[in-house]
Amino acid sequence: MSVWRAIAAAALFAAAPALLAGEIPPDGRRSGYSFMGPETRAMQDDDTSNPGMLFVLDGEALWAKKAGSAEKACADCHGDARGSMKGVAARYPAIDKALGRPVTLDQRINLCRSNHQQATPLPYESRDLLALSAFVAHQSRGVAITAGDDPQARPFVEQGRDLFMRREGQLNLACSNCHDDNFDRRLAGAPITQAQPTGYPLYRLEWQTLGSLERRLRSCMSGVRAQAYDYGSPELVALELYLMSRAHGLPMETPAVRP
Amino acid sequence: MAALINVPAKAKRGDVIELRALTSHIMETGFRHTVDGKLVPRDIITSFTCRYNGAEIFRADLFPAIAANPYLSFFTVAKESGKFEFEWIGDNGYSSTASASITVE
Repeated sequence: MSVWRAIAAAALFAAAPALLAGEIPPDGRRSGYSFMGPETRAMQDDDTSNPGMLFVLDGEALWAKKAGSAEKACADCHGDARGSMKGVAARYPAIDKALGRPVTLDQRINLCRSNHQQATPLPYESRDLLALSAFVAHQSRGVAITAGDDPQARPFVEQGRDLFMRREGQLNLACSNCHDDNFDRRLAGAPITQAQPTGYPLYRLEWQTLGSLERRLRSCMSGVRAQAYDYGSPELVALELYLMSRAHGLPMETPAVRP
Repeated sequence: MAALINVPAKAKRGDVIELRALTSHIMETGFRHTVDGKLVPRDIITSFTCRYNGAEIFRADLFPAIAANPYLSFFTVAKESGKFEFEWIGDNGYSSTASASITVE
């Protein structure tokens, strides 16, 4: 009897790492919101205490402001963003037919600027670009994420998944080592989340400003002492696309607040 | 600059009401340096005032240790219908205002 019990125990121990590791099942997906304390949640929940809403207000003004030599505002083509932009951010990064590769919402805004407004593209992480993308993404608040559903996006989702699973940097860690295998634990006192990008661009208290998902990814990369990819690089876009497809079905929260 | 004000639209006479004001500002401390060693000059809001139908009901001095986009919450007694006026004053001649109305029954 005891021999069988020992074998069963050994089998359990052998199976345990396999159970701990691996991807999060669809019904186990949780937004970073659920890892936060009550104060930070309250800050996000009330639009008059959420500092991200200041950027949304700025974005709303920019949406109606004419820019570039074409003398066109976003609103001149897209009309009222409340209708025309609803659900759009939940599909991004999305394939650009002309380029044949996925583009982020920030890149889409800049493509619009250079192709339709004849304006100079806004620099990554500039206040105006963050404000516009926050305003556009805010229109999708509550909409379920569907990015990566496009069959054309599949190879890029796979590329992003490979990057997520690949160890890198002097600490030799992959994204998945923390965010798939060890979420709900703590790293230096801070909760490790599942890395579900539901609220970008989001207001991070540590940054004291709004920031993009690419900024977040880059700071994780320098955290594991790896060389961070440049803003707008194909690798970051692929990672962003994989993360959004991984968060499939979770509602958008833009602008979220995170510690 | 953009500001977000939270004042109840209606209140009963004598009620204690909460006023909340959030404004957009970088609150640069003046203690940080750029990568090439230059000091980033201080740029903060130094003073906040709230007036209720012209009478000052709340004032605060702000300092470099206060985070960007300062958020202030305070209380007053609803006495009469009218207007709350908020004013932020800061370095480099910075000035910004906002207002909100209340109906007191």
